Formats: sequence, C-alpha cells, structure tokens
Amino acid sequence: MEFKANDRKKGCDTPKMKEMIRLVGITKEFDHTTIIPPLDLTINDGEFVTLLGPSGCGKTTILRMIAGLEHPTTGHIYLDDEDVTSLAPYKRNVNMVFQHYALFPHMTVEENIRFGLMMKKVPREEQDNRINQVLYLTQLEDLRYRKPQQMSGGQQQRVAIARAVVNNPKVLLLDEPLGALDYKLRKKMQLELKNLQRGLGITFIYVTHDQEEALTMSDRVIIVNGGRIEQDDPPARIYQYPKSQFAANFIGENNFFAIEGDDQHLLAVRPQYIEVSDEKEEPEDSSRAPFYYGSVVEILFTGTIDKVYIRLDNTNQMVTAYQYYDDKKRWKADDRVAIRWKTEDAVKVTK
Amino acid sequence: MKRGKLLVVPAMGWLSLFFALPLLIVVVVSFASRTAYGQVVFNWTLANYIRFFEPLYMTIFATTIVTALGTTLLTFAMGYPVAYTIAMILPKKWQQAGIILVMIPFWINFLIRSFAWVIILRSQGVVNTILLHLGLIQKPLTLLYNDAAVLLGMVYALLPFMVLPIYVSLEQMDKRLLEAASDLGAPPVTAFRRITLPLTMPGVAAGSILVFISSLGMFVVPDIMGGAKSALIGNIIQNQFLAARDWPFGSALSIILALLALVMILLYYKALQAQKGGQAHAKNLA
Repeated sequence: MEFKANDRKKGCDTPKMKEMIRLVGITKEFDHTTIIPPLDLTINDGEFVTLLGPSGCGKTTILRMIAGLEHPTTGHIYLDDEDVTSLAPYKRNVNMVFQHYALFPHMTVEENIRFGLMMKKVPREEQDNRINQVLYLTQLEDLRYRKPQQMSGGQQQRVAIARAVVNNPKVLLLDEPLGALDYKLRKKMQLELKNLQRGLGITFIYVTHDQEEALTMSDRVIIVNGGRIEQDDPPARIYQYPKSQFAANFIGENNFFAIEGDDQHLLAVRPQYIEVSDEKEEPEDSSRAPFYYGSVVEILFTGTIDKVYIRLDNTNQMVTAYQYYDDKKRWKADDRVAIRWKTEDAVKVTK
Repeated sequence: MKRGKLLVVPAMGWLSLFFALPLLIVVVVSFASRTAYGQVVFNWTLANYIRFFEPLYMTIFATTIVTALGTTLLTFAMGYPVAYTIAMILPKKWQQAGIILVMIPFWINFLIRSFAWVIILRSQGVVNTILLHLGLIQKPLTLLYNDAAVLLGMVYALLPFMVLPIYVSLEQMDKRLLEAASDLGAPPVTAFRRITLPLTMPGVAAGSILVFISSLGMFVVPDIMGGAKSALIGNIIQNQFLAARDWPFGSALSIILALLALVMILLYYKALQAQKGGQAHAKNLA
C-alpha cells in the first residue's frame, strides 16, 4: 500500500494525469433560481480535492450531482470518460459519505457494510473478505454486530466511511463528514481520512466549510462562492496567493487596503505580516510599504498569540495584527502606533 | 399528595365511573344466570363460558377471526400504497390535504355511511342499474348480504386506521437512508423492500392491531350489509343484550373478546420490547 501511495505521488507530478471526473458547462436551477451558473471542473485520478465555501454556496449541490442524487439543469458529467449525466445513482461507480452518516438503523455494522456488495452481487466469500479488510482498516472489528444507535458519533462516522469504501468506488464523495464530531475527534479523523486516501489511492472529493480542514487534507482546494469557482489551487498557494477578496477573507484572516488609482483590486496583508511600531520610531524603508497611523482599540488573548486591533486614523478602518509572547513591546488599548508591511507580503486581489 | 396530581382527579373519576365500573359489572354479570324472563340471577356459574365452546358459537367465532384477518390483510394491501403516496410521493404542501381526505369519512355518521353502501350495492342500486343499462348483465347481481359485502364494509370502515399509523412511520423515516441505499447500488424497488418496508413495520403492526381488534367487535357492518346469514361474534353479543335478553351470556362473550384483544396487544408490546430489549442487551455487552 505504501508503494502504491508513492507511485501515485509521482503520477501527480507528471503532466499527463488521468482524468477521473469532468464537469462540462454544468448549471443547476431550483424553482427558477440559479444555484450553479455554468461550471467546468476537472478532477484527476487519485486526487484529494476539497470544495470549500460557506453554507449555501452550492458545494454540496455539486457533490450531489456527481453522485447522481441531483440532476444538472444543463451540462454533462463524465466519470472516467463515460458520460454519466443521466445515470441513476445506483448505476454510478461512486460512493458517498453522508453528512449525518445515513446508516441503516435496522442493520448491524456488518450488514450496513455488506449492503453495497450485495447490491453489486459480489460473491459471498469475496464479500466476507472485503468486509473483514475494511473493518480492519477502520478499526471496527469489535463493533461488527452493533447497531448504529449503539455507537458513538466517531464510530458511526467510521462505519459510514467503511460502507462507502468497501465498494472500491472510482470516486469517494464526502459531504462534511466530520461536521457532527467534536474538535479533538475531528482532528484525529482528519488524519485518519488523509491516511486512508493515501493508502487506497481513490479519488476523494471532500466538501467542507472548515478552511483548516481543507488546507490540512487536500491536494487541491476549490473555493466555491455563489456556485462559481473563486479559486482552484493547492492549499499553500490558496493561502499565500489568494486571487480574490473572497478567497483571501475565507481562508485565514486578512487585512485589506485600497490601492490608489485602482478600484478593481485591493492589497491583502495577513495579520502576521503587519509590523506594528511606535509612531515615527523607525525611518521609512524602500522594501516596506509606507506607514499607516492609528491607535490600538483592543487586545484579544487567543492562546498562542494576542490579536491587536488597530483603528487607522484617516480611513477609520480596523486592522488586525498579532503580538507574540517574546515581543519586547506589549501593546495596550489607546497606544498610538504606526503599521506597515514588507511589500512582498502584500497580495493584490480582485475586489 | 402533590397538588399537581389533583389535576388527574376529573379524568380518573370519569374513567372509573364510565369505564372501570361498567367493565366490572360486565365481569360480574358474566358469571351470573338469567331467568326465563331475562332477569339476572347471581349464582356464580361458569356456564356462560362453557356455552361459548358449543359448535354453533365456535363456528361464528372462527368466521369472525377469519373475517378480521381478511380485513387486516386487505386494509394493509390497500392502505400501504395510500400512506406511501401521501407521505413519499405527494409534494409537501399536499400531504396535509391527503391526510384530511383520508379522515373526511369520519365526519359523517358511520351508520349513514354503511347504509350508503346498501344503496350502492342492492339489487336496484347504483352499481346494478349502471351495469343493466350498459347491457353488461341481464339480471341484477347479488352484491349485498353475503360475506364479500361484509368484508367490503369492514375494509371501508377500517382503512383509515391502517393508513394513519403507516403514514406516521413513513413520515418519520429518514429519507436520506433511501439516498444512501441508491448510492450503494440499490434500485428503487430493492431500496423499498430492504429499507422502507422494514423501517415502517412498527406502523404496519400498529395499524394491523387497530384494524384486527376493531373488526373482531364489529356488528354494525355485518348487521346492515351481511343480512341474517353473516352473523359475527359482535352480532351475537348485541343480540344477547337487545333481543335474547341473556345478559350473562352476552357479558361472557364480551369478556372473551376483550381478553383476545388484550392478548393481541400484549403480543405487540412483547415484539416491540424484544426489539428494544435486544438493543439494550447488546449495549450491556459493550
């Protein structure tokens, strides 16, 4: 399995990647309201792709259209080069992990997992083998004869994943699968999911509104806003070079500054790049942006860092900066300050 | 006693006076005898219960059970699709209307509705007139006063009692389970058989109990639509009280019927408990 994972990594770097999912000119209307304007998207074999966006942005609709649970109003969906646009969900070789698991309450863990294999008329012996394998993989061996309602959220989550992956789908669709779990468990499951995906080499399409989850797990993050793709890039690039104000705002924290003579764009500067100093303490510097002046409004303790909120004099705009524990100067409310940043740390984004 | 508990006094009083007390009287009378003129003599005898086992009554009892079972099966076969259509196929805004349609017949007196069937089915009735006019038959069909007519009347009267509990269990079912089934490769019919049907069995069981027990005691329908030949146990009981003036035997038959109903209900709860108990047991093992 290790070998397979490495193999895929290599595959990802070569320019000729195998296409697994292709959405062409997909639109979706509900009651004459457009949810998805024309959308094109290609996802490669073995990729872990996350659709990230606020609730109601259409990300779940995109996922459900790939699963066949919704039908696009126009456009085509290709799965492994086959047009599946009008194919019923039960005829598609994709499986979904539902947001609230949707486990069959009248069946045991084993029966839940067996369901898909029975539907595909897999021989009994192979069914047993695959079930044992997936139970081992998801550490559910001891819970085999439990019913869903006798298990914790995290365990039910694992059953939902096991029930989907046991079918060896070409694509695994995950609809906010960790949303119902508490923080610690969510962190743990993120790791488990990532490892599972590496091990199986299946294409994962993951839907979440949690930016941290998206950045940690994915090979590629697609930011969806109002049914449109805002940005489609690897996590690091998404974080460092957001293309739009929406993307810059949605991933992590950002401060925005107007650019003189350009009302199409803004400068985005992350709080950790904002340098705070005493008013006129330091000379101007060509590698840095000119000073903005303001006063400290509030300091918030967050654990790892303190957040310093500064109101600028001429624009009345609020700017967030960070203060670390080893910083020599500790700011307090009403301090007069000057802020600036290294020009390379500012990113030009569209409004 | 806490003052809040006083609130149950009116209801308890009502039930004691008009339910428990009459029931007690029926139990007591069932062990009595009657004189030639119909007066009740309290001589503590089992004769009324023994009389129940006479072939005449056993036959009627067997017919009653068969009719009740038939009614239950037919209401299930007809009621499930109705409930399914209302809960799963109709758009949300029409569901309420669908349920009201099922219940509308209750707004009209049951006796009147039964007589309406007589008008529809009798020799000069609606059905026969139409068939004669169309030339499909030469002489009127006997649609009334037979076992089939009784069954029809019972199914008609009790159908809502099957539809409503099944509707409730369909309504409560998590519809996402069907999406999951479809996602896992189950065509709609298979998903229904393996997911919907098992999960709505509690509703089916509740409906069956309601219909079966109600049809056991039914006497209006066989009286009006069955004629003299199709007497069921309910008619015999009614007869003992109103015509034969044999209150003790009527009481004994009522008690037997009530006990049968009680056993049915107990079995139903046992089955439910077994389901839940099994889960609790598994939880303890964990």
